[in-house]
Amino acid sequence: MPFFAYTTVFLLIPTLVVVIGAFLDGDNRFTLGNLDGLTSPSVVRGLVQSLVLSAVTAVGGAVLGGLLAYAVSTARDGSVTKRFVTSLCGVLAQFGGVALAFAFIASFGGTGLLTLLLGKVGISTGTGFWLYEWDRGLMLVYLYFQIPLMLIVFLPAVEGLRPQWREATETLGGTTWTYWRRVAAPILLPSFVGAMLLLFTNAFSAYATAKALVSQGSPLIPLQIGGTFTSEVLLGQENLGKAMALEMVVVVAVVMALYAWLDKRASRWMQR
Amino acid sequence: MTGQRARFRRRQRLLRWVVLTVVLVFFVLPLLGMLDFTTQGPGGQGRTLETWRTLANVDTISTDYPALREGFLASVGLAVITPVVMLLVLVPTMTWVRLRLPGLSRTVEFICLLPLTVPAIVLVVGLTPVYAWVYYLLGSSTLWLSLAYVVLVLPYAYRSLDAGLRAIDVRTLSEAARSLGASWFTVMWRVVLPNLRTAVLSASFLSVALVLGEFTIANLFSKKNLQVAMYELGKSDAKISVAVGLASLVFAFVVLFAMSFVGSGRAGTSPLARLRRRKEPSA
Repeated sequence: MPFFAYTTVFLLIPTLVVVIGAFLDGDNRFTLGNLDGLTSPSVVRGLVQSLVLSAVTAVGGAVLGGLLAYAVSTARDGSVTKRFVTSLCGVLAQFGGVALAFAFIASFGGTGLLTLLLGKVGISTGTGFWLYEWDRGLMLVYLYFQIPLMLIVFLPAVEGLRPQWREATETLGGTTWTYWRRVAAPILLPSFVGAMLLLFTNAFSAYATAKALVSQGSPLIPLQIGGTFTSEVLLGQENLGKAMALEMVVVVAVVMALYAWLDKRASRWMQR
Repeated sequence: MTGQRARFRRRQRLLRWVVLTVVLVFFVLPLLGMLDFTTQGPGGQGRTLETWRTLANVDTISTDYPALREGFLASVGLAVITPVVMLLVLVPTMTWVRLRLPGLSRTVEFICLLPLTVPAIVLVVGLTPVYAWVYYLLGSSTLWLSLAYVVLVLPYAYRSLDAGLRAIDVRTLSEAARSLGASWFTVMWRVVLPNLRTAVLSASFLSVALVLGEFTIANLFSKKNLQVAMYELGKSDAKISVAVGLASLVFAFVVLFAMSFVGSGRAGTSPLARLRRRKEPSA
């Protein structure tokens, strides 16, 4: 079947190349040296910074996006508000990359709109270099596509909350707080955490936005992998990129496995 | 009780507007920043529409910015080829598995969802030797990138086609067609495909959106698509590339917004929303 031939060539072989290549040295002999390379300070720093960036933007994006999803869910089905917000979020979550980075550079550059606006109210954003630092600017930019993604992923779950459940709570004498604490939160929790995990992998794998923003150094692991392509790597080091790639796959695979498990739990309430 | 309801509604509406306003301001400000930047006059003084005038003038833009033209054409080409290859690979396989080899459905699903755990940047690393062969056998056109893009869209396409297939009774339909003397090709082309219209459309739309926004693979393989052209242009002529970025965002938004009115209102949601929708109501 062509399907299997196709996926073998373009999916399985690349995966195997990464997995096997991670354990080969320059002369195609088996080695664990590449894994040693992973413990070098710069690589470890890249991984840690990637993990922190992904975790922070996943949590922040999940909370803000979750709130947004709830706000949108209270609008009427098919209302212009809802369509507008979901379409906007669809674009911002998917289409980001280079254009997003430009948006922030244009806004926070020397004569950018926001720099000037903030300057007027007395907040100096300094030299504008903060935008290019992984723990400040990048986090802000990542949030800019994480919040929309959260809305898209989480909205179906919030809309799955039936008004009858709230009414039932009220009939039984529960307050709004009881409803959220005892009914809505337990139902939404698996979806919420699952969505947060998705956001995490999304940020962890993102390359384009970071690449377009960061021009010097490679603070994140995807940038470091990209760097092994373009810069001249020391001989015998080309498989270090594969080892780093394998490291990424392992992280994402663990998170996705958790996600799959949670999703099974979450879908119990999703039969609409 | 009615008073309580009304108060509850009012509070809910207030919350909705407060949250929406705050978040939308956050979303819109950088976009306004782009607009502001592209209309700045020389030296940050005054307003000018010159950038947009240049962009609107197709002749000058294609002669003055050949890279942009090249990237745009490549992206359009990729956006046509990728969905076609995706459908050719996926639709017959999924139909066939459903009809004849239900035992394989788990395997196919696993393969199709595998790209979710393989970040694009990792795929690039693994694809390098594969593409060495592709270039060797087929030539080094940018359009071959679509072969890799098909892999990227597999999970999303699989989900929406799977939902489509689940909603129709493929077996009865194909048996009916076969007993009336149709060949397998006719069954696929005239029975299965028309019934999957919506699923095929949404899967194709997702692929187009993904291809138009793709940067990682193209950039690392040193191929020029729209995003790469924008990125490179950003270093030399920031205004034009910011304008292109804004135009592409607005264009994508208008398309999505329009599509949310067509179709059952589902087109506006993203592939991930589809992924979440494990249990489709079967028709």
